[in-house]
Amino acid sequence: MTTTLTEQQLPTGRWTLDTVHSTVGYAVRHSGVSLFKGGLVGFDATLADGTLRGSADVASITVQDENLQGHLLSPDFFDAERFPRVSFESTSIRRDGDAITVEGELEIRGETRPVTLTGTVAGPVSAPAGEKLGLSLSTTIDRTAFGLTWNMELPGGGFILDDEVTLTADLELAKA
Amino acid sequence: MKVLGISGSLRRDSHNRRLLLEAAQHLPPGVELELFDGLKAVEPYDEDDDGISVPSGAQALREAIDEADAVLISTPEYNSSVPGQLKNAIDWASRPRGSAVLANKPVAVMGASTGSFGGVWAQAELRKILGTAGARVVEAELAIPRAHERLAEQGRLVLDEAQAAALVDALLGAVSLRQVVAAA
Repeated sequence: MTTTLTEQQLPTGRWTLDTVHSTVGYAVRHSGVSLFKGGLVGFDATLADGTLRGSADVASITVQDENLQGHLLSPDFFDAERFPRVSFESTSIRRDGDAITVEGELEIRGETRPVTLTGTVAGPVSAPAGEKLGLSLSTTIDRTAFGLTWNMELPGGGFILDDEVTLTADLELAKA
Repeated sequence: MKVLGISGSLRRDSHNRRLLLEAAQHLPPGVELELFDGLKAVEPYDEDDDGISVPSGAQALREAIDEADAVLISTPEYNSSVPGQLKNAIDWASRPRGSAVLANKPVAVMGASTGSFGGVWAQAELRKILGTAGARVVEAELAIPRAHERLAEQGRLVLDEAQAAALVDALLGAVSLRQVVAAA
């Protein structure tokens, strides 16, 4: 009989974000046919004392059209004037080998809701700049629960934007 | 707190202009209403004219909205929708994106018509347009049907109690949105 031992803990200490090698993104069904993906380039994250925290500047959302960018930041969507950041803070982290489950509170547009992120963890490993740890996380939210209710009917029925949005974070963290 | 009133109807004896004048009789404390009289002079939107300088009519509109804390638009309904000149003005005020004078500006919508519904379709379209233009649209509604039957001496448009209360709600909604943003 053999027993497979898997890592059950994240490393201790304080880990900060390598912004160059990290991304956060969103994906939402658009026009009922395509998966519209984008990201937020201005964000930060830390893992410290067993808690993962992150926040992003709403105005840093990347889309290829300035009119859409303006609409996304307006009160119809994120209302960036009143709510300039989205944020997350974990309440529990469970590791089972390479798999990770992070429970926490997500705040968008001033509304805070519990979410569960799942994904993988890699490392820590030794890299040229020091120890690195990788987290790859995703969750699916109902955007309307956060007050992001804008939509438009399609001529043939249905709506242009799905309520369900997948959020992803691929984080490379460096030992501080 | 300054609210800019814009009538979507251009004619001198417009019911919607009268509704704005009536709004001036129901202002919450600390709120002043200024009527914009330059809508007819706003040039047709042309991206070629929208640069560092813009035509004088469009410039006057942008400055008036920029200087106001909130906007109150009273619109008639033309062919189930918003009058073209009002839409044209919103197009000017919605650009340039990001720094447009309408971006995050609290805007309340109301309207009067001679029909039975008070222009509710035009108001719904106007809210949608304003939202896309980046404005902070007030939820309150005020539709005055059969406006021609409400005319009194000196051209006043007489509102019943519920309509006057809804008008005050719309104004308070706009003002409170301004205050919410100022406190954020």
